[in-house]
Amino acid sequence: MIQDYIIPQDLQNILESVKDPEIPVLNVVDLGVIREVIVEGKEITIKLTPTYSGCPAMDVIGDDLERAFAAHGYSTTIQLIMSPPWTTDWITERGRKALEEYGIAAPLEETADKDVLLNDKRLVKCTNCGSQNTKLVSQFGSTACKAMFQCEDCLEPFDYFKCLK
Amino acid sequence: METISNSKTKVISNSAVPIKELNPQFLESTENKKHLIDYLLGVADNYLILGQRLGELCGHGPNLEPDIALTNISLDMLGQVRSFYQYIAQLKGDKTTEDDIAFLRKEREYKNVLLVEQPNTDFGYVIVRQFFFDVYNKMFLGALQQSADETLRALAFKGIKEASYHERFSGDWLKRLGDGTEESKTRVQQAVNDLWIYTDELFHTTQADDAMIAAGVAPDMLQLKEYYYEKVGDLLSVATLDIPEVEYFQKGGKEGLHSEHMGYILADMQYMQRTYPDSKW
Repeated sequence: MIQDYIIPQDLQNILESVKDPEIPVLNVVDLGVIREVIVEGKEITIKLTPTYSGCPAMDVIGDDLERAFAAHGYSTTIQLIMSPPWTTDWITERGRKALEEYGIAAPLEETADKDVLLNDKRLVKCTNCGSQNTKLVSQFGSTACKAMFQCEDCLEPFDYFKCLK
Repeated sequence: METISNSKTKVISNSAVPIKELNPQFLESTENKKHLIDYLLGVADNYLILGQRLGELCGHGPNLEPDIALTNISLDMLGQVRSFYQYIAQLKGDKTTEDDIAFLRKEREYKNVLLVEQPNTDFGYVIVRQFFFDVYNKMFLGALQQSADETLRALAFKGIKEASYHERFSGDWLKRLGDGTEESKTRVQQAVNDLWIYTDELFHTTQADDAMIAAGVAPDMLQLKEYYYEKVGDLLSVATLDIPEVEYFQKGGKEGLHSEHMGYILADMQYMQRTYPDSKW
């Protein structure tokens, strides 16, 4: 996880108050999109790495950050950083846990991810009952970052956060 | 959120060949800049028009999963095109915005290949068009990672992750349809036969492309052409489909000469901006 900033705790709290609009349990720090925060008095520059190119959540996150800091008297400039590209490895441990509790299976590592997305192996744990007897329903899900799975034991359908590396 | 960072980029090279960095004076030449912009339009317009075509399928897919997949792919394409148009706007340095580039050009000013503007005749056509493009796109983005232009390298590293998913999706469906029922095989073979004539144009270069290849900004895709046809041919044979034999390939889109479909696409896409100029969401 590349995070190149040290900021006062109160500012960190403001950052963490901003959530991914599609996954409201995941804040932007745990999502791993914040690269750098530069504080100069009341002016803040936030460098942000987009997740998927077309993800509409990115514009909303930018606006939400500006709004959150404005509420505390800061003016914010958002800069998009394209390189190195975002990877699901940057989702924090706390973030992965929040995803699981919310009902979205956290990304597996790269090889395992390929195996499950080709429906070759059953490795994704059902977020409802914990069974690994789950099958791929669709490689693409409700948002660009997710695939659809179903548990064959408890029959619960659920989202899987795809590994992006 | 209009900026693409040009600084502090870290680039991981796949190959042992050292990347030739662009001479900082390169873009001070008006001609070089014009060629770069034209080259970028040739790349980016493919994403815009294919993204628009796939977007038409929203709510019209054969069933829920491919419907969602195709619109997801559309979203990736539109996301990628934004980055390219933002870069063009930045190069132009005037008041041009990404939206102006997307919505306010005339038909002849779009430089996409003819393949991506072909209609969504049926699901077979959609898959074959996508497959022909995805194989090319993944190879292209892989090669673009060696570009002398820092921004393009960053976009290539970003884009290829998504392109790999797309290729897997369209390739899987090609196999399923080709090696499926008699009906699906007949229809997907028809799509292959009809769309094959548009594949060669992917490797056609314009004057701007040639200038950018010489400068090390653009990859020389001609060198990958044989590999492309090998890869496409391999998958067609796995899908039990025949490779068409044609003597004449269509081209023109990259020079701004489009098929009749293009006008309808633009009419649909540009309607809002033309009717209510400067309207925003």
